[in-house]
Amino acid sequence: MIRETVNAFLACVVTFLLCVVAYPAAVYAVGHTLFPRQAEGSLIERDGKVIGSALIAQPFASEKYFAPRPSAADYNASAASGSNLGTTNPDLRTKVAERAEALKATSARPAPTDLVTASGSGLDPHISPEAALFQADRVAAARGMRPDQVHALVETHVDRTGELIGAPPRVNVLLLNLDLDRQNVRK
Amino acid sequence: MPSSLSWLHPFWAFALPIAASFPLGWLMWRSLDVPEGRAGRGLDALPMLLCRLIGRKTPLKMDWKRYAIAMLAFNAALFVLSFAILYAQDKIPLLNPDGKGPLTALGYKDTAGVQHDGADTAVIFNTVCSFVTNTNLQHYSGEQHLSYFSQLAGIVWLMFVTPAAGLCVMLATIRGLRGDTHLGDFYVDLMRGVLFVLIPYALILAVALVGLGVPMTFEKAAAATTVDGAATKMETQTIARGPVAALVAIKQAGTNGGGFFGPNSAHPFENPSPWTNLLSIASIVMLPMASIVMAGLMLRNMKHAMVIYGVMLTFLIVAAVVAILAEVRPSVATAGMPVVQGPNMEGKEVRVGPIAGATWAAMTTATSNGSVNSMHDSLNPIAGAVPMTMMMLNVVFSGIGAGFENMLMYIIVAVFIAGLMVGRTPEYLGKKVEAREVKLAMLAILIHPLLICCGAGLFAATAWGTTTVANPGSHGFSEILYEFTSASANNGSGFEGLADNNPAWNIATGIVLLLGRFPALILPLAVAGFLSVKKRVPQTTGTLRTDDLTFAGMLLGTVLLVGALSFMPAVVLGPIADHLSSFVP
Repeated sequence: MIRETVNAFLACVVTFLLCVVAYPAAVYAVGHTLFPRQAEGSLIERDGKVIGSALIAQPFASEKYFAPRPSAADYNASAASGSNLGTTNPDLRTKVAERAEALKATSARPAPTDLVTASGSGLDPHISPEAALFQADRVAAARGMRPDQVHALVETHVDRTGELIGAPPRVNVLLLNLDLDRQNVRK
Repeated sequence: MPSSLSWLHPFWAFALPIAASFPLGWLMWRSLDVPEGRAGRGLDALPMLLCRLIGRKTPLKMDWKRYAIAMLAFNAALFVLSFAILYAQDKIPLLNPDGKGPLTALGYKDTAGVQHDGADTAVIFNTVCSFVTNTNLQHYSGEQHLSYFSQLAGIVWLMFVTPAAGLCVMLATIRGLRGDTHLGDFYVDLMRGVLFVLIPYALILAVALVGLGVPMTFEKAAAATTVDGAATKMETQTIARGPVAALVAIKQAGTNGGGFFGPNSAHPFENPSPWTNLLSIASIVMLPMASIVMAGLMLRNMKHAMVIYGVMLTFLIVAAVVAILAEVRPSVATAGMPVVQGPNMEGKEVRVGPIAGATWAAMTTATSNGSVNSMHDSLNPIAGAVPMTMMMLNVVFSGIGAGFENMLMYIIVAVFIAGLMVGRTPEYLGKKVEAREVKLAMLAILIHPLLICCGAGLFAATAWGTTTVANPGSHGFSEILYEFTSASANNGSGFEGLADNNPAWNIATGIVLLLGRFPALILPLAVAGFLSVKKRVPQTTGTLRTDDLTFAGMLLGTVLLVGALSFMPAVVLGPIADHLSSFVP
């Protein structure tokens, strides 16, 4: 009985050193040396200031910016969550209806599905290409740009990598908006 | 409809792990099932060296009782130590850059809706039960409530040793089934499992994940000045990060599933791209599949192992197909609105999409992983029924080691039923299966539905359950049913809308977690122990074969029949009623 207990606690110490000290240290050493930018969270700097992470959605409300997907967590990147609303929940229907109305969607110009539904993490950095094009004319008008300029810019931002493993095409909202700011300033 | 190329995802999600499971199974067999004469030679010197640290010079020769006692003692020690680590979180001055407070201070709402702040030790009890049982049901939210030290010391540690413990019991069981005179040494098996299987796999996966965007840092949360701060009234965004890659790699490799962040693999830091998604989903089933291959090699009966593999794979493919077909349909929440009637995107990420989300839902619940890349609560009702069904069956690859143990119980019952049909004494692998073995098998099988149905029934009938559901009607019942199913199957996923962080849920599911884990490991071990000492009976033409298609059908039928009889009424009240109510205007 005593021997079993001693054995068990000793085995705990040994495995603790292996799994909690050695393993994370190895991952940190190799990962951080090979990929320092990703290891820190893919942060983006503009004018020397951290303005966000390429992987984390941040809110955009101005007309001149593309909006990300709705967030059940209000884009709080330290308390992420989805809505967890069931498809048959009337609250979800109400929310979808409100979002569709805010987007001025009509049956002739229906809103893309991803713009009226909350993402799983509340921090989805991407929207579908359709969702980007849906907003392109509004953005162009707010910036005094030609619609085809904005359309072309969206096109360059469509990420199609991983198509052969079944990855959906996607547009990173933060990167697109930053590029938009850069283009707009140049003119 | 999603583009036709996105249908390639399930193909890769199945092809990769299936292809890798055979060489991996061989490697596991070579490194874990070491004959006595070869113990301590070559690379095997490493685990033996570690065993010396705990006072073992040569491997002990344990019978099933000693093996089970060693396993239980080790788990008890894990329980005590990880409880202490989590309880003292705020007092440990290590790796806590964001100054996380005590986990006990997590408040909760009671059934009357009154907020209680602080002193909820039940959440620690629940968390420890959950991680010691290789389940990873989480009633806390990682990035909000745990320090980096707790994530590594409390969580990652258990994520390595608990699947290894499952694997050990499986090794011992197989040694018993093939008639070895003793079942090995638990601690030697444990060290071998951690050193030769889990750490190498997790290390390679973790580095790959960092390269693909998963953070691995000990810096505190980043503060970002947002671009559109004035218009959105959110000038700064605090971006939680940490040693994520180390945790995510072993989370997927060890059928664990507990996330660094609340939304698990739906969070872009845990699963930043389609590539990480594919690597993750392949890793979810890889080792459970490989351990069945290993069983075949250990038993020197690959055909029998392939019957088990085939039955499991059949269930998994059907589940994935049903989930995908249900999930590419539009959600009823958007019906009749000026919205493109595309696949259900509530609770999903664009980079993952509905097909990969549904495939993952099937795989993560078939195995006892339980990580999610979309919110299961928001799945279309039939797609939500698939993960529930997989956890109710609990034999489709399931946990590392635990999957074989669960299936063994169904094999014993199937052999018994087949024996009754043809009127012969049932035999399994050359040993007579008698009353004692069948009784133990029935007990192991019946504990699971008993825990689920009693638990869900009790909570659905009382304020403990009814005041904590987030969705009305049958979907609310589904949330309760899912939580108990996930706890008993040691899965860990959830319909996360459920407000489950309160004493009632924490204690109830904590107990279910323990009862769902240890009997399910020890009863098969006992059966193997009893079989191992029986005389081998010669195989004749009248012997029921367990390595052909007929037996595969028999096994499949047994699993399906027991599952349907136990759970059909509950599933009808939950997801099926939910689905039917979608058609009511």
